[in-house]
Amino acid sequence: MSDSIKLTALAAITIVFTFLFIGIGLDASNYEYFLSRRVPKVLAMIIASIAIAQSSLVFQTITHNRILTPSIMGFDALYLLTQVLVVVIFGGFSVLLLNPFINFALSVAIMIGFSLLLFGFYFARNNGKGNVITLLLLGVIFGQLFDNVSSFFMMLVDPNDFLTIQSSMFASFNNVNQELVYFCIIPLFVVSALLFKLAPVLDVFWLDNDNAISLGVDTQRVTKQVLILVAVMISLSTALVGPVMFFGLLVANLTKEFFHTYRHHTLLIASSLMAMSMLLSGQWIIENIFSFSTTLSVVINFVGGLYFLSLLVRQKIQ
Amino acid sequence: MISLTNLSKSFGQHKVVDQASASFIKGEVTSIIGPNGAGKSTVLSMASRLLNKDSGSVIIDNQDVLDWDTKALAKKLAVLRQSNNLNMRFTVRELVAFGRYPYSQGKLTSNDNDVINKAIGYLDLTPIENNYLDQLSGGQRQLAFIAMVVAQDTEYVFLDEPLNNLDIKHSLQIMKNIKTLAHELGKAVVIVIHDINFASCYSDNIIALKKGKVVANGTVAEIINQATLSAIYDTDFDIHEINGKRICMYYGQ
Repeated sequence: MSDSIKLTALAAITIVFTFLFIGIGLDASNYEYFLSRRVPKVLAMIIASIAIAQSSLVFQTITHNRILTPSIMGFDALYLLTQVLVVVIFGGFSVLLLNPFINFALSVAIMIGFSLLLFGFYFARNNGKGNVITLLLLGVIFGQLFDNVSSFFMMLVDPNDFLTIQSSMFASFNNVNQELVYFCIIPLFVVSALLFKLAPVLDVFWLDNDNAISLGVDTQRVTKQVLILVAVMISLSTALVGPVMFFGLLVANLTKEFFHTYRHHTLLIASSLMAMSMLLSGQWIIENIFSFSTTLSVVINFVGGLYFLSLLVRQKIQ
Repeated sequence: MISLTNLSKSFGQHKVVDQASASFIKGEVTSIIGPNGAGKSTVLSMASRLLNKDSGSVIIDNQDVLDWDTKALAKKLAVLRQSNNLNMRFTVRELVAFGRYPYSQGKLTSNDNDVINKAIGYLDLTPIENNYLDQLSGGQRQLAFIAMVVAQDTEYVFLDEPLNNLDIKHSLQIMKNIKTLAHELGKAVVIVIHDINFASCYSDNIIALKKGKVVANGTVAEIINQATLSAIYDTDFDIHEINGKRICMYYGQ
């Protein structure tokens, strides 16, 4: 099966499930209400899919690694920490928590700020050719730190406040803010367009760092640019639908296994379609066949976690 | 011309390169020889901006290496290191095509394809150009990487131990190619090489490094003699002249 056939198949699955989500049970009397609830939900899933898929893919490219994902940099943990600290400092009824716009803006700003801090700290100290693995180690440690601080504070807060935080802990495709969804479209579009523009340079990253430099690629600069774009994308998806730990890993690796091309231009599209079809079909099946007896994120993390373990066991680290 | 002046590099406390100076002239093959750990690869890396130098200067075509735009420099200077990992499956042709990146950024023109065809033909890889690299032997992979460097079509070519993993026939082929690149195409080719006899037969100049310092620098005639080589390698050398070439015997007994 050629790559274009696979792309078409994934696109078809995506479109089918989009219509299933939006279309079933619609009639002239109820379409306004149903659409007002369904369209933002489906849109959120699409935006999150694209953001997670593309960011995980390019992240794996620049780190020359198949197992690492942006979640390992601690962004998921930082998002939760932001929510926890807002509750701790400002209380459960603070506008910073309750106004979705402000909450989102705050989360994005902090996540970008953190990534710039991390990169600045790293690049400033390694003037010249640094090792990305060191950067990732720093991310892992910070992620762990954020997790621990969050846990600490979660034990201290008032039980009511705890409930408000708990809802941010797991991706909720059922409970997405409408205005937030539409607001995210343009930033996602912009960042995605920038990634597509970087696609030819990213192709060179399949080679060793030294080979890429010999070919005239400023690997440090490109790495930094991509890491910032990744930070924005993860901010978008995490703020919209919460942390989705292993999903990026699953999508990035499955895309590279199923598609034969090395060109990022195609891989970006392919990974987005794969993520969309997985998420839309998964959520639809859970809603309509399993009647919400479980949540999609639990399934994703279960499957993704097993896949992660199988990667380790098969030693597909390189 | 590329001039290196008083290059130094330390990793922690260990001084790997100590005030090394050299010149690489177009149209000549220069071999860098020396014992393991002498700093040969480090000098090559610093000269090609793969590694930051601690002190000293590298001037490429009258411009300091730090002032060169890396994209423009990629059209002047190509470097191939000892180990080359790949994170994706490529065919020989796809890999060689990367050599054209400085010129076309991935969008290959018909001129690019011509250059790629020539490079693949030059290394005798045409029969296997559509094979995946992971299906080839280490030597054939090495040839593919060298073809990529040839496709980059630069005036200066740095090769770090290009004969690793190559059998006698391919080693000979590469050395002949290197000589042609320099003498017929006017490139400056600098190679780090362990086989002293290949260096003797195919280079114009030899630079010897030992413990980070340049201990000998001159033409083949000046360097390939018993006293100089024995001092560099701490080994007894016996030099014989065969067919007009100086051949070194150091096998003991």
